[in-house]
Amino acid sequence: MSAAAGTLKYLTSSVGRKYIMAVTGLLWSGFVLSHMLGNLLIFVSAESYNRYAHALISNPLIYVAEAALVVTLALHAYNGISLWLRNQRTKPSQYAVAPTRVKGASLASKSMAYSGSIVLVFIILHLVTFKYGANYTAVYGGVEMRDLHRLVLEVFRVPAYVAWYFVCMVLVGVHLFHGFSSSFQTLGLNHPRYNGLLKAAGTFYGVVVAAGFIVQPLYVFFFAR
Amino acid sequence: MTASNATATGHKKNSRFKLHLKIWRQKGKNEAGGLVDYDVNDVNPDMSFLEMIDVLNQDLIKKGEEPVAFDHDCREGICGSCAMVINGNAHGPDTGTTTCQLHMRRFNDGETVVVEPFRAKAFPVLKDLVVDRSAFDRITAAGGYVSVNTGSAPDANAIPISKTIADVAMDAAACIGCGACVAACRNGSAMLFVSAKVSQLSLLPQGKAEREERVSRMVWQMDEEDFGSCTNMGSCAGACPKEISLEHIARLNREYLRATVLKKDRQASDSGNG
Repeated sequence: MSAAAGTLKYLTSSVGRKYIMAVTGLLWSGFVLSHMLGNLLIFVSAESYNRYAHALISNPLIYVAEAALVVTLALHAYNGISLWLRNQRTKPSQYAVAPTRVKGASLASKSMAYSGSIVLVFIILHLVTFKYGANYTAVYGGVEMRDLHRLVLEVFRVPAYVAWYFVCMVLVGVHLFHGFSSSFQTLGLNHPRYNGLLKAAGTFYGVVVAAGFIVQPLYVFFFAR
Repeated sequence: MTASNATATGHKKNSRFKLHLKIWRQKGKNEAGGLVDYDVNDVNPDMSFLEMIDVLNQDLIKKGEEPVAFDHDCREGICGSCAMVINGNAHGPDTGTTTCQLHMRRFNDGETVVVEPFRAKAFPVLKDLVVDRSAFDRITAAGGYVSVNTGSAPDANAIPISKTIADVAMDAAACIGCGACVAACRNGSAMLFVSAKVSQLSLLPQGKAEREERVSRMVWQMDEEDFGSCTNMGSCAGACPKEISLEHIARLNREYLRATVLKKDRQASDSGNG
């Protein structure tokens, strides 16, 4: 058997597929943080917001980054959903009474498949709304670029969209709350001295990313119109 | 702990109280089961949970009814036989306790207690509260051992092992294979059990020689037995009567990653499907 086929045998076991979940999850954790930080430029000026977006999409490496994001998201979603379906089969019924305290599980950890599925739908709709949305243009210093700022202001004028965005970003935070620290455990990084710190980092990460994303639509809706 | 519980639930010494039970009754492996109501009027707070079921069963036998089938053996918390889910919790409400070590003073007079068998596809119910846990034996047979040549026993202190390593290996070796981890897991995953065996053996020099083969074969057997995958919820460690920690699951993950890179398993490289 070839080395590649051998590796595939290891990576398609339940443990191997969790490595894929962890690695792709951590890559996306990094992406959402950078995306959130970029969004905060809306508090600086329309020009800096648009110039930042232009710098990203005019760089040829954007295609590599986009391809990596699509592939890792597809792997994460496929493995996540199929493992969840398998786990429904391996535990056909739960108990008549819910378990308590340490014998139970946190809501975030129990609902990863649900929060993840909604976030996946959100990502697709989000791309349709913004990446493939109205193509306004603006000119800064003689360079014509996309006026994303104007599109953002238009979209977040709609209360339903702000509400949907709000709910989805809370779900991203909840997903990260369990997922971030869980990824380290899956990759074998666990030490009694650092576990508390890791868990706290995961909580902090989830809260910061969710809050950072939520302030943008709220700011636009309440103050920037 | 026990004294404070006795006062917390207000049981006086030698007092008897009533319990309303809802116990899962199932005639056989392929029969439909359901919760059946029973009243036990003579519960002594000093009884163990199993002794309380013994009392119920005596009553059922006297009435000519079929007693409740349940697994038990040592009744001192070390054999791993007793297995039931009490009010949704594997081995009942206490931590670090098997069902046989759970005392009735943890329950209130007139309380309704739901008793179910361990549930997981890999643990089919055989009768009432008895489940088939032989999948654990097959996982252990797949790699949970150290191969040694026969001959006279080696000197006990021939191989030096540090106190730290010996302690962690002992923590893992405390696993009694009861299956509470699988029962508590929402996914029916056996990761805590498998990780305890992998951890114990891979930490010690005697087990290191076969570490890559061991972890891969045990994980593959675990998948084949239809146990679920780990989502790091931690209910298993909470339910474990021996308080085996998630640290061992992380060690299993490291061991398996090592095996993935080194690919030493001959089964994998020869046949392609182990």
